[in-house]
Order: sequence, then C-alpha cells, then structure tokens
Amino acid sequence: MKLSKLIIPLTCLTLVACGDDDDPPMTVDPTPTPTEAMIKITATNLTYAQPLSPIGVALHKEGQFWQLGESASDALEVLAEGGDNSELLGLDVVQTKASTDAPLAPGAKAELMLSQETLTDQKLSVITMMVNTNDGFTGLNALDVSSMAVGEEMRFVTYAYDAGTEANTEASGTIPGPADGGEGFNAQRETINKVAMHPGVVGQDDGLSSSVLSSDHKFDNPLMAITITRMK
Amino acid sequence: MKTRILSLIAGSLLASGTASAASLEVKVTNLTQGIYFTPILVTAHTNDAMLFNTGEKASDALQAMAEGGSLDGLNEILTGISANTVSNPAGGLLAPVASTMASLETSDGNDRLSIVAMMLPTNDGFIGLNSWKIPSEAGTYHVYLNAYDAGTEANNELVVDGSGAPGTLGIPASPGVDPGTQGSGVTSTESNERIHIHRGNLGDDEATGGKSDLHNTVHRWLNPVAKVTVTVQ
Repeated sequence: MKLSKLIIPLTCLTLVACGDDDDPPMTVDPTPTPTEAMIKITATNLTYAQPLSPIGVALHKEGQFWQLGESASDALEVLAEGGDNSELLGLDVVQTKASTDAPLAPGAKAELMLSQETLTDQKLSVITMMVNTNDGFTGLNALDVSSMAVGEEMRFVTYAYDAGTEANTEASGTIPGPADGGEGFNAQRETINKVAMHPGVVGQDDGLSSSVLSSDHKFDNPLMAITITRMK
Repeated sequence: MKTRILSLIAGSLLASGTASAASLEVKVTNLTQGIYFTPILVTAHTNDAMLFNTGEKASDALQAMAEGGSLDGLNEILTGISANTVSNPAGGLLAPVASTMASLETSDGNDRLSIVAMMLPTNDGFIGLNSWKIPSEAGTYHVYLNAYDAGTEANNELVVDGSGAPGTLGIPASPGVDPGTQGSGVTSTESNERIHIHRGNLGDDEATGGKSDLHNTVHRWLNPVAKVTVTVQ
C-alpha cells in the first residue's frame, strides 16, 4: 500500500514533464494488438561434478511442478529419476516451454528464451535433475513473473530437492548419470513417497561402502544460479 | 510535490518505528527428509532479548532444549520478560516435511520473533530463528532457518535412553527409521562450545557397530532445514 502511494506522485511528475513535449498528443487504439512478451532464462550449474539434465523451462498460469510434503507426480518422478523433462513440460497447464538439448555440465551456463503474448498471470518454472543422484532435482517452482517490466532482471539460486520416489542407495545400476550409467525412471516408489529437501549424497569416501559415488559428487545448496530477464 | 513525498516517507518511518501490537500467523515447515523437530517454541519478545546467539555460549535453558527438547526453562524466562509465546503448536514431534501453525497476538514492544526446536536424532542440534524483526506492514513473509549446534555436547551420535537430560551424553531418541546399535561413538569431545552452524550428522552404513548409531543415507541434511511463513495481519 505504501509503495503505491509513493509511486503515484512520481508518476505525476513524469506526466508533468511529458507536457513540455512538442509532440502531438498520442492517439489511443481502442483495441490494441497483443504485444509479444519474451523472457530470457540463464542457468549456471554451480556444482563440482553433478551434470544437470537438460534444463526445462515453462510458463503456466496454474499448477506447481512439485509440492513439499506431497507425493511427486508421475511426471516429476520421470524427471527426478531419469532426467527426462518431457512429461513435465507436456503437462496441460504449460502454455510455453523450452529445453536445452544436452545436459548442463558443472560450471557451464545455458540460455533459454520463452515467448508469450502477454505475461499476465504467468508463472515460470525451471526444472532439472542432478544426474549423479537417485532422485535429486532442482529448479524454480511457479515463480510469479507477471509483473516484470521490459528490461527488468531477477536473480535466484536454487536448492536441492529429493522426489522421495527412489531410495538414496547410491548403488550400482540405480543412478543414470556418468558416475554409474545405471537405470533412470522406475515406476516403483520408495516408502517415503513425499517431496523433501535433499539430504545430499554420501558417497564411498564418506562412509557408504556400497555407493558408486565419490566425494566428487557431493553438493551443497545452492545448486544453480538463475537470471531471468524480460527482453520484450 | 517534493514536500508531499517527504512527508509520506516520514510517515512510513514513524509507522515502522513504533513497535505496536500485531496479530501474526506463524507456519513452521520441516524441510528435511529424515529429521524430526521436538516441540517448537514460537515467541515474540522485545529487541533486547535473545534465546540464543551464534558465537556465544548457550544458556542452561537453551541447552535443555537442544539436548532434550525441554521448553520449560525457556518458557520460564519468556514469561519473566512478558513475551508472547506459543509453546508446542504441533502437539509433539513435527515429522519430516510436515507443517504446523501458531497464532500469536503480540503486545506493544514485542516486535522480535524467535523460534527454536531440537532436531532428532542429533546430540544438541536445533533449528533457530533469532530475533527476526516483525514487519509493521501487513503481508506474508518467508524465512528459511538453518541448523545450529548448541556446543554443549559432543556429537557422538549414539542413541542412549535418558540422554535428553542436560549433561548426559547421547541422543535421547531416533523417531522414524530405527537407529543402529552398538556404535563406538563418532567423537567424545566438543571443542567448539559456542553456538555454531551444525556440521551435520555423519552416520554410517552399519546397522550394528560402526562409529555412529545413525544412518548416513537417512539422517543427514543440508541447510536450510525449516521454512517459516509469517503472515502479519
């Protein structure tokens, strides 16, 4: 409320200043053609040795890709266990989507563009799997971008989540990333079956003798740095 | 025009300067996959009081909370300073990824919010929010909490009945997944006796024996460990 009070006098100042212009008064089209909005998403992998599965981005008005304390959707399980974002990006609520072609290597940066007629009511989600985990994922969940002005930039970091659909055994044959080359999605679910924050990987060097992971694959929050820029 | 803007700013400064009574809804969410919180303490108090402070030693009352989950000592202090407190809103343990709500009516001057609860299974780990300034403006605010170590007990990671009493070494209980047994103990010393960020549980992969009674695939965490959603009405 306070903010809007402050903005009103500033807007008045701008209008007063405009009055000095010699330009003819603008004509207002009663039915303006829709302007196309475009946002750029830049994602950086901040980890030491956790490649991130192809980065998926989506604009949607409703829904959430995950909810803490709730069971993962089948589409989220497919992403979190195998790195395949196609089912999440294919959800009915998704209005515009994009994905990188390849995984995002540690230290690497990817850029994605999303265009939409207007950003009104639009939310942005970003999703990817840490591929050297059983069912670890990270991203942004239904972030409100509807009020972004052209040229505006927002920065975020993302946390590690655990889909709770596959036990973190770190065992040979269970991890799809290069540390193992094991199985991705498997419809079976572990008993937890709730999305939580990820406890991190243990690895052989840190006391899990049956793990295919080493100290290289450990991570801490945050996982990704994300910059969102409204281009037009 | 200029004077009008100035007076608006002055007005808002005055508004935020007065620590007047407020109605709060406080939601606490356990973000972890395998850690339980003992009864949670949610309290609004004056800006010259603190339940804990990093880099300083824990009070006896905080130690009792961090080692055994007891809120009695802290509640006694808070009553003494006329804080507005909700004790144990979850009615017991707050399970992994569960949430609880507390409604708080604050008195004039009690404009700082603090929250603590012990983390199980740990020796003296707790979640903490220290003297967060309650915004005067109505709205919903999110705060993420880290895991702290009270610095009062060695993190031996052995589950021992009755060890919730201050000074009795051990973890009093391991709810959820059954703990291991007959561990030899991760360490017997606590060289940093000041409140610090918890270094995390180590755990091991042996059900019997090993160093720790905790499991390294179940009882670890990364910060943040709790989310607090405050709605100022």
